[in-house]
Amino acid sequence: MRRQLPILIVFVSGVFMVIQYFIPHESFEFIYEYAMDWIIIIGIFAMLLGLWSLTRASVSKVQAKAPGWGFSVMTLVGLATMLFLGFYKGNKSIAEGTFFMDLFWYIYTPIQATMFSLLAFYIASAAYRSFRVRTVLATILLVTALIIMLRLIPLGPISGVNQWLASWILTVPNMAAKRAIWIGVGLGATATALKIIFGIERAYMGKD
Amino acid sequence: MRYKNLNRLLILTFFFFFLILPLGQILAQEDTLPPAPPTEVRASDTQNDNGHSITITWKLSGDDGAGKKDVVAYEILRSESPAGEFVVRGMVPAGNNTYQDRGAKEKEDKNYFHPYHDFYYKVRAKTLNSYSESGVAGPAQAYGQWFHLGKLPVFVGTLAFTIMVLAFISLARKGKKFYVRPLAGIDAVDDAIGRATEMGRPILYILGLGSAADIATIASFTILNRIAKKTAEHKTKIIVPCNDPIVMSVAQETVKAGYLDAGRPDMYQEENIFYITSMQFAYVAAVNGIMLREKTATNFYLGKFYAESLILAETGSVAGSIQISGTDEIAQIPFFVAATDYTLIGEELYAASAYLGREPLLLGALKAQDLAKAIVMISLASGAVAASFHLDFFLRLFTVQM
Repeated sequence: MRRQLPILIVFVSGVFMVIQYFIPHESFEFIYEYAMDWIIIIGIFAMLLGLWSLTRASVSKVQAKAPGWGFSVMTLVGLATMLFLGFYKGNKSIAEGTFFMDLFWYIYTPIQATMFSLLAFYIASAAYRSFRVRTVLATILLVTALIIMLRLIPLGPISGVNQWLASWILTVPNMAAKRAIWIGVGLGATATALKIIFGIERAYMGKD
Repeated sequence: MRYKNLNRLLILTFFFFFLILPLGQILAQEDTLPPAPPTEVRASDTQNDNGHSITITWKLSGDDGAGKKDVVAYEILRSESPAGEFVVRGMVPAGNNTYQDRGAKEKEDKNYFHPYHDFYYKVRAKTLNSYSESGVAGPAQAYGQWFHLGKLPVFVGTLAFTIMVLAFISLARKGKKFYVRPLAGIDAVDDAIGRATEMGRPILYILGLGSAADIATIASFTILNRIAKKTAEHKTKIIVPCNDPIVMSVAQETVKAGYLDAGRPDMYQEENIFYITSMQFAYVAAVNGIMLREKTATNFYLGKFYAESLILAETGSVAGSIQISGTDEIAQIPFFVAATDYTLIGEELYAASAYLGREPLLLGALKAQDLAKAIVMISLASGAVAASFHLDFFLRLFTVQM
């Protein structure tokens, strides 16, 4: 029964979600929105689990003096500080000018922007590896990339030809490949959903 | 000479008072004259909706797009009785002959649209200075539909695909053997785990930034289960940092199940599957730190990824790890192809668990996918031919209205 009940819940929920897609009636809309609200509620409770997990992992690293345990200390200090400042003034803590928001805007946001900006350098290094001419396919990739990259640069008499070629590459072979992947993804996602709804795929459920 | 000028003056005065002045007055009146009213106004329930909307159609005013009485817009008015007060519900520019009178479904909303209630409509054609109204149309009631006819092609396709999946699974149950083409990324899994075992280093498994409700994350759970089983068999440590607490809970159960399947429940360590943060780049920073500190031998990136995909994969590449990636996010696939050793493209992510498990039932579902793809390809080719010969009925078969 401990195995059958979750499978039954998954089956009923899964079949309902499929059916409600085809029924616009508000009674089904209501149940759908009710279910979505439950996801939010579960998510909030799960956040407590997450907090517990993060604290436990960080504390055990500090206790064991594992490599990089100093980062775990910073994590715990940051976590405790933000929790304290957040709860201390309640809703007022997210008003502009509070210490809580200052930490968010002047420490967290710049760090996040720094991480994101690293992407530019990583794109350059990944492009260098990809475009190295070693095979016929890599050569085609290089030539295609050059055409696409140069489409925004004035190239005198060949500008028009280059722009036409770049546009053709994007709208014909590139779009065809994208759509092929989309169709495959759609079928794969549907097949996976069916396997889960019918209880064929149960790995995500764990075991007793 | 004097009389001649007087005559001219009289003729001009005559023209001014009896011809030009009346003509000016007539033309001035033209501006304030009401335009021809809209006709054939119809009000009916909006199809394929939740029951809080009525669609109004009309025949355009004869002065729509004509001369000085040019209609500039149409106002739609509603009342609860034919003789009651009509209030303006909306406006559309000239040239349009349809309006959907929509309202809220929440009773406490001031714009609540009462279903199963009689409403009457009028359409007002407006010029810059005047207007004219149509006759009253109605009563019309709004009510929700129990089937969205515009989604019929999707329904038929889903039903047909479900039947195909069940049929192939039934064949698999009866013992039919299916051939599936090899996938390089899947074939490399055993080697990657073996390498980690030989090097005595852990394996890193990233489920992406998707929630537990994302189908790509669910597919990743099933792969994680198979990989956890293999790592348990090889006695290799697996680290699963998560960015969603629900995903973490499911991942813990999934890994535990893998260790149980391998007969090594004692080796399972819950603290290796942990939550970091839900913030995208803070999560990336933490995972990059784990890669560099733990010197992971193998990194798996399977699930839903966004801008962080390349930062993760490049860091793994710098750290010298073998990397296997897979996502259904098309924008991230090129990054993974460029920066990781093996990439599962799109649907291969969903197929991976069947490949790893080699269970006949799961392979049966894979064959159904192959058949469906063949049908899609035939339909695409037929559609191209049909469109070339203007056979619109064939194209309409596949038209979906949302």
